[in-house]
Amino acid sequence: MTNTFHSSQPIYSQLADRINKQILRGELKPGDKLPSVREMGIKASVNPNTVQRTYRELEGMNIVDTKRGQGTFVTEDQGILHEMRERLKQEEISKFVKGMHAMGYSDAEIQAGLQAFLQNNFGGASE
Amino acid sequence: MIKLEDVTKKFMTKAALRNVDLELTKGKIVGLVGENGSGKSTTLKLIAGLTQPSKGSVTVNGIRTDHRIAQQVSYLSELDEYYGFYNVGKTIDFHASQFPDFNKEKAEEIRAFMKLDRNAKLKHLSKGNRGRLKIVLTLAREVPVILMDEPLSGLDPMVRDSIVKGLISFIDLENQIILITTHEIKEIEMILDEVIAIKDGDIIGHHNVEQLRSEQNLGIVEWMTKMYE
Repeated sequence: MTNTFHSSQPIYSQLADRINKQILRGELKPGDKLPSVREMGIKASVNPNTVQRTYRELEGMNIVDTKRGQGTFVTEDQGILHEMRERLKQEEISKFVKGMHAMGYSDAEIQAGLQAFLQNNFGGASE
Repeated sequence: MIKLEDVTKKFMTKAALRNVDLELTKGKIVGLVGENGSGKSTTLKLIAGLTQPSKGSVTVNGIRTDHRIAQQVSYLSELDEYYGFYNVGKTIDFHASQFPDFNKEKAEEIRAFMKLDRNAKLKHLSKGNRGRLKIVLTLAREVPVILMDEPLSGLDPMVRDSIVKGLISFIDLENQIILITTHEIKEIEMILDEVIAIKDGDIIGHHNVEQLRSEQNLGIVEWMTKMYE
């Protein structure tokens, strides 16, 4: 895990985003155990209190469950994971569209541009 | 846990701290930042009971600090003040003999984590490894208050990273508070809960770091630059 947090945004939410993406990519599977708070702190080089807050936040969204004395696990509820997948997609699209609008592109131009981009297979290079 | 009330500290006629009020609670890693000579080290020494305030009171768990507060406070000095003819193991044993709260097993664990050889002579240790040894000695004590004066100063990035990781691994946040003075903000900002900026003997800001990020979109460096303007 690399250490590229932005210092001007809350670390707990950046760490939550990172875990969400790992779940989306399937690096963390439903039912998988997350590292303990301290292990995660060491891995990500952040304060254990921050990790604690990240886990609490994810718990609040039902993305993970903490079982007393056992640890924190990725939920096995497919509905919740599906919802997260949709939500993150909407967020990313919304960010992109706002950026395009801010530069003055029309909806039609955005649509055409995106389609052409995907067809030309520029989109093939994933992260 | 740590309380400074209306504390002024003068050296001759010069005030190192002026009417400082500060309260810190356990379970946190707190950074004390500011320019050279701003009063950071003086604040730590007052809490460690190594110097007395000219006015006001400094207490740890309700007890006014003097040299006896060492029972509750583990203090990492900016200076290197160990016996060169000792080796690493003997230095650890010596510290264990000085402090009843010194946990030898924990010291061994941290020593191994820091990859320090028990048999290495102190005078032959690199500056980085002396820095690591200081961390071993400071964190092995089971006390409520840990004070670290410039633990990263003058060390190379690899060593700084191992020290930061060592802190995350071995501090006991359920029972301890860690107060760190530093210039190396970039290295340490990801592990701070709170930050205090000090300028010319005044505390000019005290914040929860995550709040600073979410409410003002500021990292510590940007915040400090703003405060110092």
